[in-house]
Amino acid sequence: MTGSMIKSQNLPYCKGCGHDLIAKSTTGALEKLGYNPLDVIAVTDIGCHGIIDKCLNTHTVHGLHGRSVALGAGISFGTADDNQKIVVFVGDGGTTIGLQHIMEAARLNLNVTVVVHNNMLYGMTGGQSSGLTPRGFCTTTSFKGNPFTGYDICKLAHTAGARYVSRVMGVGDITDAMMKAFDQKGFSLVEVMEICPSYGVKLNPRRKLKEIVKESGRELGEWTNDLPAFTDRQGDKTANLLEKTPVIEKRFNHQLQKPLSLVISGSAGEGVQLAANIFSKAAISAGLHATQKGSYPVTVGVGFSTAEINVSPEEVLFHGISVPDMALITSADGLQHNRQRIEKMQGGKLFIDSSLTPPETGAEIIRRDFRSVGARNAAIHSILYLCRETGILEESSVYQIIEQEGKADKMPLDKIRKAMEA
Amino acid sequence: MHEKNSNDQVLIDGSRLIIESLARAGADAFIGYPITPANLLYLYGSQRMDMMLPAPDEITTVQWMAGLSATGKLPVTATSFPGFALMSESVNMAHMMELPMVIVLVQRLGPATGTATCGAQGDMLLLNGVLSGGHPIPVLGTSSFEDCWTLSARALEIAVNQRTPVILLTSKEEVMTQKSFDIGGLETISKVDRKWYDKDCCDYKPYKPTGLVPEFLPVTQTRHQVRLTASTHDQDGILQHSSPEALANTRRLEEKIRASMKEKYLFYQLDHQEGAEKLVTAYGISAAAAREAVRKLRRDGQKVSLFIPGTLLPLPPVYLEILSGYKKVVIAEENMNNQLGSLLYGQQMPENIHFVGSLGKMISPEEIQKEVMS
Repeated sequence: MTGSMIKSQNLPYCKGCGHDLIAKSTTGALEKLGYNPLDVIAVTDIGCHGIIDKCLNTHTVHGLHGRSVALGAGISFGTADDNQKIVVFVGDGGTTIGLQHIMEAARLNLNVTVVVHNNMLYGMTGGQSSGLTPRGFCTTTSFKGNPFTGYDICKLAHTAGARYVSRVMGVGDITDAMMKAFDQKGFSLVEVMEICPSYGVKLNPRRKLKEIVKESGRELGEWTNDLPAFTDRQGDKTANLLEKTPVIEKRFNHQLQKPLSLVISGSAGEGVQLAANIFSKAAISAGLHATQKGSYPVTVGVGFSTAEINVSPEEVLFHGISVPDMALITSADGLQHNRQRIEKMQGGKLFIDSSLTPPETGAEIIRRDFRSVGARNAAIHSILYLCRETGILEESSVYQIIEQEGKADKMPLDKIRKAMEA
Repeated sequence: MHEKNSNDQVLIDGSRLIIESLARAGADAFIGYPITPANLLYLYGSQRMDMMLPAPDEITTVQWMAGLSATGKLPVTATSFPGFALMSESVNMAHMMELPMVIVLVQRLGPATGTATCGAQGDMLLLNGVLSGGHPIPVLGTSSFEDCWTLSARALEIAVNQRTPVILLTSKEEVMTQKSFDIGGLETISKVDRKWYDKDCCDYKPYKPTGLVPEFLPVTQTRHQVRLTASTHDQDGILQHSSPEALANTRRLEEKIRASMKEKYLFYQLDHQEGAEKLVTAYGISAAAAREAVRKLRRDGQKVSLFIPGTLLPLPPVYLEILSGYKKVVIAEENMNNQLGSLLYGQQMPENIHFVGSLGKMISPEEIQKEVMS
């Protein structure tokens, strides 16, 4: 489609509203730059400016209050064609509620142009103050003048990394200013200063727009950053996530007659989850079904680390463990975290590091110096010892998984073997 | 590739199956904001999807997804209640604009921040009312690793074919626990066949339905004007207050979801035992306990059936028929208030409907067995 961006010069705005000028200057600038209407994706926010959609021959996307810049950002991520232009219209209210979206689009330097219609209040909802209302400016919610300083959106966007930012007065012909913003590679923002004829003019009699802008400390001008525009830099991708979980072939035998629940617990950073993972995979290599669930504090590098494991000759349908059949405890953190359920054990086995005092329990207690091979290896030591003591799994199945997972060089296996014989 | 009839046992979590399934079905962008317990989905999404973008919050997440969807991408995200709460207005927007996307909602213990690392099933009622006006949004629930595989792909298919956001409901224990699983028997997932409006000659109306769903065109093409809007609108996508055409459009949004979810996208498992007068009903993580409870009950000689709904919302009418075939129904759901039951029966819970709930821990098979036998 070629031709005019705008359907009619008679736009649906109040007499004297700057939105009319912005709409015409924006579309005029795009036409002068040689864009066809369907090269342009106009994203509009909620507010008086947002009713421009029906007047445009461009693609139009009309979303939620304050979210237009994020919506435009999403479109820009999916737009590979540099010839398409994404223009976001937003008011000072939308800028207030959607400030984060503007900062993010500026930070990423997305190929989007944002036109801020700053008439210094919420016009559509009755003339309330916005975050961009200047100090002293009267609105329907601050008759004696806004007591707060308004955001300087240009400074904020510039600081966030925007390629190009400008502030202009919404009077006369601002087509050239718009052209400059559109002619950027990266994020650009134009703040157009206006005064709402329905509320702003009436509540601030005898005050001129120029004088209000000057008194608010908002300079007119341009600000640029020489930063690269957004390009989609994706890292290496995996073509098939399932290939990251290699099939475990059955190579070993087991001695398990019925489901077994097991808790392994020690301290964070001591290899508990890794040992549990190796045990679970070893169980699968012996033809068993297995589940493994990790549990640790939100600060993952400190405190307890507990793994709950179920192994069974038949499919494990429910993986929850209240009181386990066996427990392996390799540190004080692990004991503290599992003390209550160990006390509830009516039978089974408790393998516990010899440095710890076992709680009262109905389980058979087996004390062993698991930490003698180093704290980081205590858990895998305990797993191997459990295999030897119970015969549930062949020790060689555990060693095979250690080898397959590339962990053999990282574990003092000779030392562990020696400790096992002690 | 592992799709063959063999015993290809792996140790795997549900998150990996969900993301791989979505990617194979055609999802090509993952927008992430970290939240426990959905972080594995974020990790895998970043590894697998053609595009991964880290959003600064969950409102931005769905806005970016909507923008991408408007360009023809099929975006996915994963979150939990605190993130989903922020997303809700944007989900309404995407529904109104008719933009396909999939949101994996991993339930955790609430209210509010609650306990991030504790599972729960507390979000069904929220999802039932998340669209203003009470309009339905498609929700599928995973109840097994097989579901993580098959229903994830179905979720994307619904999103594309019905042009809507779809929620894939799961919970912490389902997506973070690793289990041995045979990936050899997984069904082959093909890319969802997506048809776009392909006529050059005529005026394209972005909201003129073919059947109940309008044909899609991205805003990145230059043949036809596309108008998308979250406001009440006519078939041209022009904002209207309440014109007959615009209200008909809003009615169509409701009808297209109800009609398609009632039959075409109706997924459930009914393991009926001949002569059984008792039925255990559960979905999600509680389905695991329900399966184990039914296995044990049957081994003890009890006759009991098992019903596991996969299509959760809008709640298919056939579920009431299924439950009405039993003298005693036990619903297990990890919350205090029987959300599935209340969606089925409202405030007048029939006396034969029994509830096993739980707060802060998984329901055990023994609790369900006890209720069945009481």
